[in-house]
Amino acid sequence: MKKILSLNLICTLFFISSCAQKHGPIIQNEQSPNYITETVINGIDIPWGMAFISKDEILVTEKSGILYRVFEGKKTEVSGLPEIYARGQGGLLDVATAPDFETSKLIFFTAGSSDGEGSGGHTALYSAKLEADKLTNLKQLYKGKENSKKGQHWGSRIAFDDKGYIYFSIGDRGNREVNPQDITRDGGKIYRLNLDGSIPKDNPFYNEEGSKKAIYSFGHRNPQGMLKHPKTGKIWVHEHGPRGGDEINIIGAGKNYGWPKITYGINYSGTPITSDRDLPGLEQPFYYWVPSIAPSGMVFSTSENYPKWKDNLLVGSLKFEYLELLLIENNKVRERHKVLEGIGRIRDVKQGPDGLIYIGVEGKGILKIIPKPPLN
Amino acid sequence: MKNLFYIYCISLFGFLSYVQPQKTLKKSISDGKEIYQDFCVQCHIDNGKGVLGTFPPLAKSDYLQNNIEASIRGIKYGQRGKITVNGIEYDGIMSQQGLDDEEVADVMNYILNSWGNKAKEQISITQVAEVQKK
Repeated sequence: MKKILSLNLICTLFFISSCAQKHGPIIQNEQSPNYITETVINGIDIPWGMAFISKDEILVTEKSGILYRVFEGKKTEVSGLPEIYARGQGGLLDVATAPDFETSKLIFFTAGSSDGEGSGGHTALYSAKLEADKLTNLKQLYKGKENSKKGQHWGSRIAFDDKGYIYFSIGDRGNREVNPQDITRDGGKIYRLNLDGSIPKDNPFYNEEGSKKAIYSFGHRNPQGMLKHPKTGKIWVHEHGPRGGDEINIIGAGKNYGWPKITYGINYSGTPITSDRDLPGLEQPFYYWVPSIAPSGMVFSTSENYPKWKDNLLVGSLKFEYLELLLIENNKVRERHKVLEGIGRIRDVKQGPDGLIYIGVEGKGILKIIPKPPLN
Repeated sequence: MKNLFYIYCISLFGFLSYVQPQKTLKKSISDGKEIYQDFCVQCHIDNGKGVLGTFPPLAKSDYLQNNIEASIRGIKYGQRGKITVNGIEYDGIMSQQGLDDEEVADVMNYILNSWGNKAKEQISITQVAEVQKK
């Protein structure tokens, strides 16, 4: 009898603990979607990043190492890229226009680079001037060291704040035990620079001996989503967790986001990484996903085009091949909704100058989401 | 005398590296496992079963067994378009991973000899080098 009782107890505990692993509001299916998609450009295998350069022109990166200028359904290759080191998850990654692009024509992009010592590569940030279909005045503003032949975790996204700084991410480069918690090493970090590539003197570790002075925050795994919050001006970042434990973090100077000391995820193989979910001195995420959705790209919808989406967050899911809408209320994720289920692996999400939402989808290219008047 | 011995050693080394131009299958498989864990595991999963309908399986995959050259080409240059694996159609993209010929050979040897797969012959670096982009 006792045996049965304890067996029961074990089963119950197992049931509870396996339930407890799921987290957050349950994702809701699409109900009578009132929008359609339209192809902006097709024939791009991995449209990793995009940036609007006018009301109807977009720069799009193809991960293998091509930069396209897209206009009226046609794509033109932009020349003048540096040599791109494409290995594993690395290649030509994000692209962004400077806040004063209209006058300066300055763009920024991140890419794998094999420059410097050692075999392999690391993530680098570049700036260049866009003149028609050519890049001029190319500058490498930062490059991670040491090169590694690992295929994993290059990041990388770019964002600007209201104070004139540029932020970008580098993932842990597949070396989690060494890189993310060590501020004398690159990888597993969010970096902050001036737009000319110089390092702001008030960066949190600027005066720390031996540190990488460009670091703004650390303890990250592989951040592939970053933006400036349209209202608060704060920098939001999301990152891929291991199996479970993808996170959204609102980053602060010098803060440690805990990877791999704390995580809500486990190894791909199913073995644990750590049992610690929080520790003193380490930041808790704003939100985390269990199971992982493999987030890539994100944007706040701020236009009147999609009333329900207004001021809420859209995140691309590589794994589940939908766009995830997170309704945010009182600083919490209140609801989660699937948008465009089955559309494909979404790499990037942006809002265009027309207030429409544009997505980059693997094997397709760029699509825009057009609201339809409700049927009734 | 000493010099003669050196010459002997060097020529022996040269001879051995000529008749044994590739690593042992065992070493290739273990190197290939490392490549797999780094470059392939996210989609094709630890157990080689992939994700039904999205990422094709490698474990007991008829496509892999019957299309060695196309599989090498896919890893070497990337692959897109429809393929049928174990009766299920897949229409995804595998991007070029940037692996060198030796790494492609190693990971082929690993996937051809794991999860119940058993290859008749070892994939050599030369064999990979000969596969051209289509």
